[in-house]
Amino acid sequence: MPGKAMSLALPRSGLPQIVALIVIFAINSFLSPHFLELRVQDGRLFGSLVDVLNRGAPVALLALGMAPVIAMRGIDLSVGAVMAIAGAIAASLADSHALAIVLASALGAGLLCGLWNGVLVALLSIQPIVATLILMVAGRGVAQLITEGRIVTFAAPGLAWLGSGSLLGLPTPVILTLVMLAVALLVVRGSALGLLIEAIGGNGRASALAGVGTRAITIAVYAWCGLCAALAGIIAAADIRGADANNAGLWLELDAILAVVIGGTSLLGGRFSLVLAVLGALIIQAMNTGILLSGFPPEMNLIVKAIVVLAVLLAQSPRLAGLGFLLRGARP
Amino acid sequence: MPVVATTIVFVVGFAICALTYPNFASPRVVMNLLTDNAFLGVVGVGMTFVIISGGIDLSVGSVIGFTTVFLALAIERAGMPPLVAFAAVLLLCALFGALMGAAIQYFELPAFIVTLAGMFLARGASFLLSTESIPITAPFYSELAEHALSFPGGFRLTVPAMIMLATVASGAVLLHFTRFGANVYALGGSRGSAALMGIGVGRTTVLIYMLSSLLAGVSGIVFSLYTSSGYSLSAVGIELDAIAAAVIGGTLLSGGYGFVFGTFVGVLIQGLIQTYISFDGMLSSWWAKIATGLLLFGFITLQQLMLALARRPRPRLSGAVQR
Repeated sequence: MPGKAMSLALPRSGLPQIVALIVIFAINSFLSPHFLELRVQDGRLFGSLVDVLNRGAPVALLALGMAPVIAMRGIDLSVGAVMAIAGAIAASLADSHALAIVLASALGAGLLCGLWNGVLVALLSIQPIVATLILMVAGRGVAQLITEGRIVTFAAPGLAWLGSGSLLGLPTPVILTLVMLAVALLVVRGSALGLLIEAIGGNGRASALAGVGTRAITIAVYAWCGLCAALAGIIAAADIRGADANNAGLWLELDAILAVVIGGTSLLGGRFSLVLAVLGALIIQAMNTGILLSGFPPEMNLIVKAIVVLAVLLAQSPRLAGLGFLLRGARP
Repeated sequence: MPVVATTIVFVVGFAICALTYPNFASPRVVMNLLTDNAFLGVVGVGMTFVIISGGIDLSVGSVIGFTTVFLALAIERAGMPPLVAFAAVLLLCALFGALMGAAIQYFELPAFIVTLAGMFLARGASFLLSTESIPITAPFYSELAEHALSFPGGFRLTVPAMIMLATVASGAVLLHFTRFGANVYALGGSRGSAALMGIGVGRTTVLIYMLSSLLAGVSGIVFSLYTSSGYSLSAVGIELDAIAAAVIGGTLLSGGYGFVFGTFVGVLIQGLIQTYISFDGMLSSWWAKIATGLLLFGFITLQQLMLALARRPRPRLSGAVQR
C-alpha cells in the first residue's frame, strides 16, 4: 500500500465514522444550544467540544493500543486492569519521587504487563481472550495490593498537570493522545509494520512461513497496548488526583473494543485504522455526552452502546455483505 | 486427567486449610462452601456447555443482575406470586439467550462480541428497571431461605446448595449421556465437520446459548434467595469467575473438551480461596483475585503443555483467535 505510507490524512474509508460523529454533534447541539460554543479563558479553550475530547482521551488511548492487537486477530481484555495498576503506581509514588521516575515506573509497569500478555500469546500459543483474562482477573488484585485497598491521593502538581492541565490551549490529555497517535501512525504506517500486522491477522501461519517475524511483532504489539493502557491510567489518576484500584478503568476494555470496532477494524483481523479507532472513541464519548444532555437517565448509556455494537456488528457481518460496504467504504 | 489434577488441587488445598485452622473441616464450613458458591456453580455449568462448543458467554453476570431486579420488582411491586415470577423470568432469559445464539449463528458474528452486547443490554435493562437495591420480603422467600435438609453429623443442605447440586448433576447427564451433549462436543471439535456429519449446527448453537442464559436466570433466582433482594449491580464480573472455574476444571477454551464435574470443582476451589482468606483475617480480599489469576495461569499452561504433547507436529497460530 504505497499510497498510504506516511499519509497523516484521514483514510478515504472513514466517511461513515465522520458522518456519524457530525450527526451526533448536530443532535447534541440541538439538545443543548451551547454545545458547539468555544471560548478562550486564561489562554485555554473551554466548551463542550473540548470536554468531549478531554473525556474521550483515555478511551482513545486504549483504542490506539487495542486497534493493532485486534488487527492481529487478538484481543486485550486486561487494559482496564493495567490502567488501574499504572494509576496506582503513579499515585503512590507521586508525592515522594520526581515526576520522571513516577512516569517511568508507571509506564514501565504497563509495558511489562503488555510483554507478559504478548509472551503468553506468542510463545505459549494461548488464545488471546484467555491469556489476557489472566491479567484482567489478577491485575486488579495487584493494583489493590499496591494501594493496599485504599484510594491513594496525591498533591504533586506535576502529575496533576497531566490530567487537568493545558498545553497550547488544549487540555493535556488531548495533546498526549494526539502525540501518541502521531507516533503510532509514523511507526506503523511509515514502515511496513502496519502491513505486517495486517498480514499476521489475515493468516498468521502464512505470514510466519513468508518470513514475517510473527512472534516478535505479536509481543511488541501487546507491549504497545500495555504502554497505551498505562498512559491512560496515569491520565485517569492524574485527573482525579488519586488512584482507585477498584474502579479505575473498570469496563473501559469494552469501550476500547467498541471504539476499535466502530472505527471499522474487523474483529476477524487483517485490517485496522488508528485514526478511525480514535474517532470511534470520540463517537462513544459524544454519545455519552449526548445522553447526559438529553436528560435521559444515564442508565440508558449501556443500552444505547449495546444497540450501537449490534448495529455495527450486523453491518460487518459476512451475511450482510452489502451493508458492510457502508463501513468498509471504498475498499474492495 | 485435568479433572483429576483439579480435584487433587482442591483436596490438597482443603487439607492445608484444615491443618492451618482446626475449625475448617467442620460440616458447617463445608456446607457454607456449597451455599455461598451456589449461584456461581449454576452459571458455571452453562458456561461449560458454551465453552466446550467453542464459544463464550460474557452476558451471564448481567443476566443474573437483571433476574434479581426483575424478581424483586415483580414480587414486591407487582405482587406476582414468586413461582409465577420465576417462570416468567426464566422464559425471558431463555428467549434472550436464544436471540444471542441466533445472532451468532445466522449472522456469523463472533460469540465474544455478541454476548458482550448482550451484557450491556441486560445490565442496561436492569438499570432501567431500578437502580436501587430492593429487598424481597415475600414470606415464600424467607421460608425457602430457612428451609434446609439436615443430615447426620450436622450437615445442613440449603435450598441454593440443593439447586446447585441438582444443576450440576443434570448438566453432567445432559452433556455426557445425551445426543445434545455429543453435538456440543462435536461443535467444539469442528463446526465444519459437525455440519458435514449432519448435526443441526444452527439449532444446537441456539440451544447452547439458550441453556447458558436459562441457567444464568436460575443462578439469579439462587442469588436473590441468597441475598433476599434485587439489585441491578449484583453479580458484576461473575462471567469471569465462571470462565475461570471452567478453565480450572479442565475445560479447553478452544472447545471440544471438558467436564461439568470439573467446573464444579473449579467453583469449589475459588470458594476455598475466599473461605481461607476470611478465616485468616489478616489477608486482604485482593489476594483472592491474585490467587485466582495464578491458578488460571497454572492450569492454562498445563493445558497448553498437554495439547502440545497430544498433537506434537502442530502448526503455530500466533496471535490467532481460534474459532
